[in-house]
Amino acid sequence: MTKAAELAKMGEVLTNSQIGGRRNMVINGAMNIAQRATSATGVGGTNEEYPTIDRFNFTTTSAGRFTMTQTADGPTGFANCMKLDCTTADTSISASEALILQTKFEGQDVQQLMYGSSSAQPVTVSFYVKGNANATYTLEWRNEEDGRNIGKTFNVTTDWTRVIITFTGDTGGSAVDDDNTHAFTLGIWLHGGTTFSGGTFAENTWHATNNLRIGDGQTSFFDSTDRTFFITGVQLEVGSVATPFEHRSFGEELLLCQRYFETFGGTAYQPVGMAIGTSGTRDRVNVPFKVQKRAAPTLTVSTDLIISYRVGYDQNITGTADLNISINGAHFAVDHADVGAAARPHFFNSDASSSFGTLTADAEL
Amino acid sequence: MNITNAKYMTNSDGVNTTVKATIDNIVMDIPLDPANRHYQAIQEWAKIDVNTIEDAD
Repeated sequence: MTKAAELAKMGEVLTNSQIGGRRNMVINGAMNIAQRATSATGVGGTNEEYPTIDRFNFTTTSAGRFTMTQTADGPTGFANCMKLDCTTADTSISASEALILQTKFEGQDVQQLMYGSSSAQPVTVSFYVKGNANATYTLEWRNEEDGRNIGKTFNVTTDWTRVIITFTGDTGGSAVDDDNTHAFTLGIWLHGGTTFSGGTFAENTWHATNNLRIGDGQTSFFDSTDRTFFITGVQLEVGSVATPFEHRSFGEELLLCQRYFETFGGTAYQPVGMAIGTSGTRDRVNVPFKVQKRAAPTLTVSTDLIISYRVGYDQNITGTADLNISINGAHFAVDHADVGAAARPHFFNSDASSSFGTLTADAEL
Repeated sequence: MNITNAKYMTNSDGVNTTVKATIDNIVMDIPLDPANRHYQAIQEWAKIDVNTIEDAD
């Protein structure tokens, strides 16, 4: 092999193999992390809900409903996929209805795309899909800061198929703010009304027109309760070449997800934080987060959590007060039935009962 | 998000630091961080005439 051929081969290997590394901008694209739950029913009734698999949520305005599960039915090389199973059909589609499966990106994580400049980079999106029958849906890459979108339709069959779509860089929009706010959305339109489909769709063309967001021949996921949609191996990378899916370890992917959502407790006697009694009926607790959050997170604190004040003696908390929440942790008061003496260190735990109790910290986009 | 009530909460220094709100039938403690999506939703909710974030006790 000549030197030139050797260098060309090396370039090909670096571009097209796992050696490249850190190519996938999507977190949890292999659907392996599901901190909230592995299955949720009746999904679709709550807009911007994160029901199960981390980093994936829905924009939804429809009477249609579905079950969402993390399912061990991936294509070769994938242990898991996301399964959506329509349980309530909606065949009367009003203009403003929508169902978009989506994952979101911070502005500081897309700076390398150089949008709004003459150097704007293309991105290539790839993923594996299948369904109960042939269908056509629309993939969309949307700049949330200037409202510009680009989209392309893709087909689903009953067999796993890898979809590969390259979107051109946007030289006509505005530069993306270098911060922690919601800048881009990668979405799949599964259902939508004429507000989003009424115009003449042009594939792979940047625009800011709402009625050009859904492609021609779009299927409605809600057209029948037979309808299913499976997806995994979601990857978004800079450039116009789709490389093999970048598999990351479970632990690494979990840490990436925990920037956006973290849960404590959930099984018997799991530590949530340290506590110190300030009166017989109140403790102050410290809950350090394992991973610094994107923004100060919303806390949801279950009253199934307990203060353990002596060996074998617990009290369920009844509420929270005096909260200070930052990207690194939370310090707040919890109230409970009288445990006697104050000013003593306690444990803040999940319970041993069947419901255990959890504390969640949500900093999702 | 379906927000049914919201009320400012103070820390031990008497400063408003969070909003306690019921969203989608779940009670949440929400920091006053403009980048927090629940806080953003509450701000939008409060723009509707009939909705008010209650003052802290």
